Amino acid sequence: MRMRNVEFMVGGFMVMGIIALVLMAFRVSGLSTDAVGDTYTIKARFENLGGLTDRAKVSLAGVTVGRVTNVTLDKEYYAAVVEMEIDSSMNVLPSDTSAAILTAGLLGEKYIGLSVGAEMDYLKEGDWVQDTQSAIVLEELISRFLFNKAEG
Amino acid sequence: MIESIRNLGRAGVDSVASMGRAGNLFVQSITWGGPGSAGFLDFIRQIHSVGVRSLSIIVVAGFFVGMVLALQGYNILIKFGSVSALGTMVSLTLLRELGPVMAALLFAGRAGSALTAEIGLMKATEQLSAMEMMGVDPLKRVITPRLWAGIISLPILALLFSTVGIWGGAFVAVDMLGLYDGAYWSNMQNTVMFTEDVLKGLFKALVFGLVVTWIAVYQGYDSEPTSEGIGKATTKTVVISSLAVLGLDFILTAVMLGGV
Repeated sequence: MRMRNVEFMVGGFMVMGIIALVLMAFRVSGLSTDAVGDTYTIKARFENLGGLTDRAKVSLAGVTVGRVTNVTLDKEYYAAVVEMEIDSSMNVLPSDTSAAILTAGLLGEKYIGLSVGAEMDYLKEGDWVQDTQSAIVLEELISRFLFNKAEG
Repeated sequence: MIESIRNLGRAGVDSVASMGRAGNLFVQSITWGGPGSAGFLDFIRQIHSVGVRSLSIIVVAGFFVGMVLALQGYNILIKFGSVSALGTMVSLTLLRELGPVMAALLFAGRAGSALTAEIGLMKATEQLSAMEMMGVDPLKRVITPRLWAGIISLPILALLFSTVGIWGGAFVAVDMLGLYDGAYWSNMQNTVMFTEDVLKGLFKALVFGLVVTWIAVYQGYDSEPTSEGIGKATTKTVVISSLAVLGLDFILTAVMLGGV
């Protein structure tokens, strides 16, 4: 009887551990948003990322539609190449969609904002986003402002 | 003068020999099997005494640590207007550092000392010698299930510590301080990574579990078979394993984060 009790409690302990792991996976590290659903990958070339990293959000009209999966440097153009995974339910992005690197708040994290174009055909797996706008680097902006002040 | 140098030398030789005995004990007791080896039920019983009985202290400590992290973090982050990063801060602190380390320290005090005292008393009352007389290997019979119970239990305890702490932090931040709960959870989900943060923290806890239990069983097995010797061994277990945990934590963090 006593041994059965011990077994029951150890079993409960193990179950608690597994529950905690599941909570960690889905509630805390948000694994579900990564794993669920099919995605397709599109690419874009930016002159300056200004701090955009892997796992940054890709949003359209403020709604998250995907994530940045890979950031590399294109040696030919000396530009950054960003690969992003777009949820396949959003498979109706026109092929002249443009991408811009935006900042959440003044000092918040960088994300990619898409704005749709007007073409009739849609972006497919592996397509390039042609029209891109680099991140606004605050230091450049300030120095340009100060330079103009000094001249004028 | 000569005497003090001689003592220093002896202390050095003793500590190296002690490490050798600890290594020997580890190699001989990490595998199962052999005459009179402990069975699965002994293992279960040890998980109960090492893990389940530490549960209450771990859960209560985790809850309070999470709450105090949220309170401190809130008061600092509000000055920079970035309270929305509170969930990230609490969860990363707990998962990467405080969960494994605090759980290991509490485990050393709660379970490690008990293991040392138990095995030390077995030695002092010559139960271990009696086992040898019966042809039972005391390492396989007594040490192996305890060692494995510690290795299995501490990662689970650390995980529960972090989980309870994160919910404790949510309790303070959302229910008491009035932070918007979407900000707490969604920023956490965007930043915390399962393999990078959760699994690496678990790996730390696994290593700590191994080291703390190893030190505890070794100190018990190697203690002087007197009541004073058992007391000394228990103290040593807590002191050495706490220092080992903190030292190893730095090394593991440096290796896993890189950059040192």
